[in-house]
Amino acid sequence: MTGQLHVAGPHQRVTARPTAGHTPAQARRRRAARLRRVGFALLVAAIVAVSLFPFLWILRTSLMSSQEFSEGVSGFLPKHLTFSSYADNLSDENFLRPLLNSVVICLISTVLSVVCATLAGYALSRLRVRGAGVVLGFVLFAGFFPVLAMVGPLFLVYRNLGLLDSPGGLVLAYMVYTLPIATWLLKSFFDQVPRSLEEAAMVDGASRLRVLWHIVVPVAMPAVFTSAIISFILAWNDFAFATSFLQTPDRFTAPLAIVNLGQSQFQVFYNRIDAAVVLITLPVVLLVLFAQRRIVSGLTAGAVK
Amino acid sequence: MASGVTVSPSGVTASHGGSRPPLRRARAAAADRRLGWLLLTPTLAILLAVTAFPFAYNLWNSVHQVNLTDPNGGGFTGLGNYRSLFADPVFRQTLLRTLVFTAVSVATQIVAGLVVALVLNRSFRGRGWVRAAVLVPWAVPTVVAATSWKTMLDPQTGFVNQLLSALHLPGADTNWLGGEWTAWVAIGITDAWKTVPFVAIILLAGLQVIPDELYEAARIDGAGAWHSFWHITLPLLKPALLVALIFRTLSALLVFDVVFILTGGGPGNTTETLSFINWREFLVSTDFGTGGAVSVVLVVLSLLVAAGYVRLFRTDEGATER
Repeated sequence: MTGQLHVAGPHQRVTARPTAGHTPAQARRRRAARLRRVGFALLVAAIVAVSLFPFLWILRTSLMSSQEFSEGVSGFLPKHLTFSSYADNLSDENFLRPLLNSVVICLISTVLSVVCATLAGYALSRLRVRGAGVVLGFVLFAGFFPVLAMVGPLFLVYRNLGLLDSPGGLVLAYMVYTLPIATWLLKSFFDQVPRSLEEAAMVDGASRLRVLWHIVVPVAMPAVFTSAIISFILAWNDFAFATSFLQTPDRFTAPLAIVNLGQSQFQVFYNRIDAAVVLITLPVVLLVLFAQRRIVSGLTAGAVK
Repeated sequence: MASGVTVSPSGVTASHGGSRPPLRRARAAAADRRLGWLLLTPTLAILLAVTAFPFAYNLWNSVHQVNLTDPNGGGFTGLGNYRSLFADPVFRQTLLRTLVFTAVSVATQIVAGLVVALVLNRSFRGRGWVRAAVLVPWAVPTVVAATSWKTMLDPQTGFVNQLLSALHLPGADTNWLGGEWTAWVAIGITDAWKTVPFVAIILLAGLQVIPDELYEAARIDGAGAWHSFWHITLPLLKPALLVALIFRTLSALLVFDVVFILTGGGPGNTTETLSFINWREFLVSTDFGTGGAVSVVLVVLSLLVAAGYVRLFRTDEGATER
């Protein structure tokens, strides 16, 4: 602001100062500025409200008892707040098992994809592989490959290998969500790490692999961590593969279980569903709160030059 | 290798590496390349197994008659599956609906994302919290997004209708997911709620690399906010815009989860999308021939979209250089 005044020259400053706030034009300008500030605050409030309101509504519904829910609710707040829907879910094998399944499957795919992506990212960034550009292009396109176009063929193959209805089949399929972005992210991270450290160690006689393990990986830990978080979120998000490959309820993942939860012959018990939704959303919300910066920098790596 | 250890205290190493004999350097480069392919192998093998292989298999199935209910099938049908697919009015309608949905939702999401990004680009108190709040819908599973909005839109117990009736507004008894148009609106809202944050984050990163001096210079030249937006912000935001466009177009084209959970393709099959039809052919009709053909169409469409954007990006870069 002051810089701008300077550039504009002493001329304006002199004429502007003495009468500040007294002329009608300036009062009008100040009112306009205040109006703009209020408008901006309203816009921010609207953005936050739209982002978070559905969660509040879910929370509200999840705190109702099944009885109150089926009697039909009038009004925005339930009459009696109760955690009975949570208790019901947490004692329901059809929710607990899937929750555990999801955690295990997503962790395994995350670890696998981060390890593969670290090796691949390093190779693409450092090892002057011929055709690195083509490889990178393929990895990126794999990230956009239509998931449903994978489902049919994988279904047929898994059926023959006994991988249908098994965690292993899902872990492999989830790689299509996690591996491309993790590889891309780590490659762009390695691009920014100066080579001098590695070169020094290599001249000292260390092999490439030792350099990778003892020097590069420790330096890359933040990027590894970031890609792990993003990979986990993306794997946790899956519905299409789970609904296509899994058949028995105790093999379900959490998202699949939620869709099947609370369905009864007569009514959909949203209180049960929503309590489950809160339970599987919480870990993700915590991740976002604690790793916000990481996630943002990971998502935007390479998006802007 | 051994000589390296004896010769160099690590301070001078960089220049030493540069003056290695050319033959040894060439050999080291060749070893690097071999190691490179070795390190790439797991990633490439996995990604080929889950993309290239299914594509080839789909291609094969799409010109054969493959149905799990018909063990004697498997005969070659040439383009028969494609012909019957494109002759089917349901498929043609679905193709059209999916394309329209893609165009409308991508356009609105980009505009909404840009607004959010411009807001987050200002500095104000609590910006970190606002950014976290915006990011949460992106991070929750699509199932959560879809279930939340399904709860909100439930005709009897949902928030939207209760609000409408409390305000004595019309439409308080709308069965949102029961009508074609309102169901599409619900799908669009849910999808936007989940993905606008992503667009906003990408565009915000683009905004943050635009140097402030440009705006200051424009202000000094007497340019208004609107003028700076058109002539500075938008042109410099183009790379980020293109990234957001590619991501969003491809995933809108392939939308599945939201539709599956919100409407199951109904009422009738008016909210089915290409991916949904693909799922139905595979897992309900177990017709892997027709399903394969749909998959091939999906892959070709996404390749076209990706290639189109890349082309747009290239010619655009050429233009700015000139």
